[in-house]
Amino acid sequence: MADELKTTKPAFKPAAVKPAVRPSTQPETRDEEPETGYTWRDFQSDQDVRWCPGCGDYAILKTVQRVLAEIGRPPHEHVFVSGIGCSSRFPYYVSTYGMHTIHGRATAVATGLKVVRPDLAVWVITGDGDGLSIGGNHMLHILRRNVDVQILLFNNQIYGLTKGQFSPTSEFGKITKSSPYGSADWPVNPAAFALGAGATFIARGMDRDPNHLATVIRRAYEHRGAAFVEIYQNCNVFNDGAFFVFTEKETKPQAALFVEHGKPMVFGANRDKGIRLDGLKPVVVDLTDGKWSVDDLLVHDETDETIAFLLTRMFDDPRHLELPRPFGVIRAVQRPTFDEVMRQQIERTIEARGPGDLRTLLFSGETWTVM
Amino acid sequence: MARSDVRIVELPEVTVRIAGDSGDGMQLTGSQFTSVTALVGNDLSTLPDFPAEIRAPAGTTYGVSAFQIRFASSDILTPGDECDALVAMNPAALKTNIARLRKGGILIVNEDAFTERDLQLAGYTGNPLEDGSLSEYELYRVPITRLTQEALAELKLPFKVVERSKNMFALGLLLWLYDRPMDYTIRWLEQRFAKQPDILEANLRALRAGYHYGDTVEAFSTRYRVAPAKLPPGTYRNITGNQATALGLIAASQRAGLELFYGSYPITPASDVLHELAKYKHFRVFTFQAEDEIAAVTAVIGAAYGGKLAVTGTSGPGLALKTEAIGLGVMLELPLVILDIQRAGPSTGMPTKTEQADLLQAMFGRNGEAPVPIVAPATPGECFWMVLEACRIALKYMTPVFFLSDGYLANGSEPWRIPEPEELPDLRVRFATEPNANGRFLPYKRDPDTLARPWALPGTPGLMHRIGGLEKQHETGNVSYDPDNHDFMVRLRAEKIQRIAEDIPPAELEGDPEARLLVVGWGSTYGAIKTAVQRLRQKGYKVAQVHLRYLNPFPKNLGEILTRFERILVPEINLGQLVRLLRDRYLVPAEGYNRVRGLPFTAAELEARMQDILTEGNGHPEGN
Repeated sequence: MADELKTTKPAFKPAAVKPAVRPSTQPETRDEEPETGYTWRDFQSDQDVRWCPGCGDYAILKTVQRVLAEIGRPPHEHVFVSGIGCSSRFPYYVSTYGMHTIHGRATAVATGLKVVRPDLAVWVITGDGDGLSIGGNHMLHILRRNVDVQILLFNNQIYGLTKGQFSPTSEFGKITKSSPYGSADWPVNPAAFALGAGATFIARGMDRDPNHLATVIRRAYEHRGAAFVEIYQNCNVFNDGAFFVFTEKETKPQAALFVEHGKPMVFGANRDKGIRLDGLKPVVVDLTDGKWSVDDLLVHDETDETIAFLLTRMFDDPRHLELPRPFGVIRAVQRPTFDEVMRQQIERTIEARGPGDLRTLLFSGETWTVM
Repeated sequence: MARSDVRIVELPEVTVRIAGDSGDGMQLTGSQFTSVTALVGNDLSTLPDFPAEIRAPAGTTYGVSAFQIRFASSDILTPGDECDALVAMNPAALKTNIARLRKGGILIVNEDAFTERDLQLAGYTGNPLEDGSLSEYELYRVPITRLTQEALAELKLPFKVVERSKNMFALGLLLWLYDRPMDYTIRWLEQRFAKQPDILEANLRALRAGYHYGDTVEAFSTRYRVAPAKLPPGTYRNITGNQATALGLIAASQRAGLELFYGSYPITPASDVLHELAKYKHFRVFTFQAEDEIAAVTAVIGAAYGGKLAVTGTSGPGLALKTEAIGLGVMLELPLVILDIQRAGPSTGMPTKTEQADLLQAMFGRNGEAPVPIVAPATPGECFWMVLEACRIALKYMTPVFFLSDGYLANGSEPWRIPEPEELPDLRVRFATEPNANGRFLPYKRDPDTLARPWALPGTPGLMHRIGGLEKQHETGNVSYDPDNHDFMVRLRAEKIQRIAEDIPPAELEGDPEARLLVVGWGSTYGAIKTAVQRLRQKGYKVAQVHLRYLNPFPKNLGEILTRFERILVPEINLGQLVRLLRDRYLVPAEGYNRVRGLPFTAAELEARMQDILTEGNGHPEGN
């Protein structure tokens, strides 16, 4: 057992890849007015935002507000449901309907709400602890049932609200207050978990690329069914730089692969690398040495189960392996949604039997009369 | 051909128990005998008593399943303490049930099952049919297996089908013995097996064979007849507590004009409510079989937020899992009904056996100060009315409400007078549609009388608000950590629940108001307590009874009633839960009578305890 453990890659040390210049709190975003008549400010609540200065949550909040303005549905038709954790304070900060529930259960609350109120746009805000640790079970079931909600999972690979214990997505060997000798927990791979659960929509974005994140969230909104979006979010207090290798310009081009439906998988600072399938294995090829061209590359197909499997399994730390980490919409397929099937059963039964009559029901079965 | 030598004896009441292997169809036989008995017009009360194992190894004592029914020509309240007749389909059933048969009672055994192997499995060293140990009973040895085989011989059916028809032979014999017609059962079989003519024929033949056996074999010289009971006028049906609960929820949904959302995770003995409700989609009933107990209650919170009549159902272990979410319901102040069909605990306990030990869990089992109203039905039929009450309180006061039933009520049945829909309370609600504070909407601005907050549904323009489990500022609902606000809000939530006492019926005193002894009960013990009280009063003792349907808050007049009596006895199927609440709240010297055997009380044991108290000192009935 001990030998096996030694063969694993050394724990990631964020300090090594930290860029020289600290990233600003508010990354640049497009600021043009959407044509819907709403601006992101229409989705700002009157509550003071209480996340730590510099938290990645600010960028995600602003991005979501922007997407809501672009979508153009009035604020009262949206509901944000969250669990517990830093990210789960989110509903207080959007001027829609919202519910800050209990730890891990936002997905279940959202299921009940969406089933009875298909007219609403229901969003689940959760985190790596809320959604994959205490709420892992409900996450599994909302995905397999395909309830028509958007799930934004803020992954910062740490428990922030409880001040810095390792989370189910923390890297193996992570040293925290509750794991001074290194965490013995192997991390869960959220996208692969979602695929295993039968998710019909799986995407990944990052706090520090809001324009890309906006397109992903917009796609999630448009998807009919449970849309699972993992968002890499920097916790600058307890886990600073956990994702800088993917998010900062020095390393991002080599480490992040932005996939698009129907397009070959190209990445690299000069778009000079690609993913090619070697048998059943995705490998990185160089597009500059004349040996391989774009035509040899794997073309992304959001509806292809095998590609979804390959992409979600590309999860190794790119600092130690060649494969980059995929971002964008990894999978998008259609299947009847749970809420729609539940409602259809009711409507069809009423069509077939007529609406229920209470008196008939009460007096049904074998009855007798006493004079 | 009816025999002329058979005499018919009229009886005021009879208690029959049938017992066999859990695969022998005893519950089905019992419920069918019950249906016939209901249609004949007797008052009745039943007690199904079955193991948690679905099919325990055949012939073992732990695989025995029994069904008891008491039926009478007058009003009765319990399934009976001792039985007048016992049908034992095998030695294990005899062994585990014989103690319940009164001396001189009728004992019908399937003698074919008393083989050496089955006797051994049951733990008998000899054969009780041969060794004289059953001489105190009126023993009938009936070769039920062989006679069923013979009756079905021509059909050339598989052995299994023949084996499974034995229960119909037993039913036929019982119908003959108690002078009940066969035609209702024949109709029922024809419906049940409409698509399986072979099985239908097998069952019909076995049923008739059993009936004719009584009629032609000279062993039986007496038949018994119990005249119809004089119930209050009305149309009746026989109903179990779980059926009544499900019907009550549909009725509440119809009377409120709200779709019903029932979220539940299968658990004994609550699952039948889920099964029953799942049939009624044309009443716009959503049944959500959740992935676990927590998802069941939290999905229900989501549905309540969405504006539906939201209900979750479970039993004790499941309630423990729902605890945190119910606290959230208290904080969110959303209407929510939680059914707890109690069973014997702790932990997994005895899933199919009854108990009343979740009262304190319902009362206090949450973190923080989280008061929740509690109602509890006293009889199977009353489940209908009390679940309507739970819904009424939840909707009017914007709060979670507990409905505490138990395994005995859930599976037991009684004739139930069917109400006309117009007799049911009007539960219509008013959702918030407009801002309530100078153009702003304050989600926690309360009704001055009920202290309920407005129910504003997502999707309503202009009323957008955020709610959650964090403490909130009075009226605005914004997150607040202000110490005085917290103290205020804790008291306000408690006050809201206390005010419900103004809106529930007063406790009703039955029996002798000037008695020295008051017996206070709650839930399914009603029948046993009342029967014991009646018997004592017939003997000339003075005794009074209060049965509580509202356990939080208590009825307003309860304290005044309690202080009038010198002695207060509180029988409960737990180690003393209501008695603690009464002592704590009213500082009265209430004492408990507690047994936790997974079984309902017998009227006899309660009568004995009450009589002990009443005769302390002199041994005689006392006047006042």
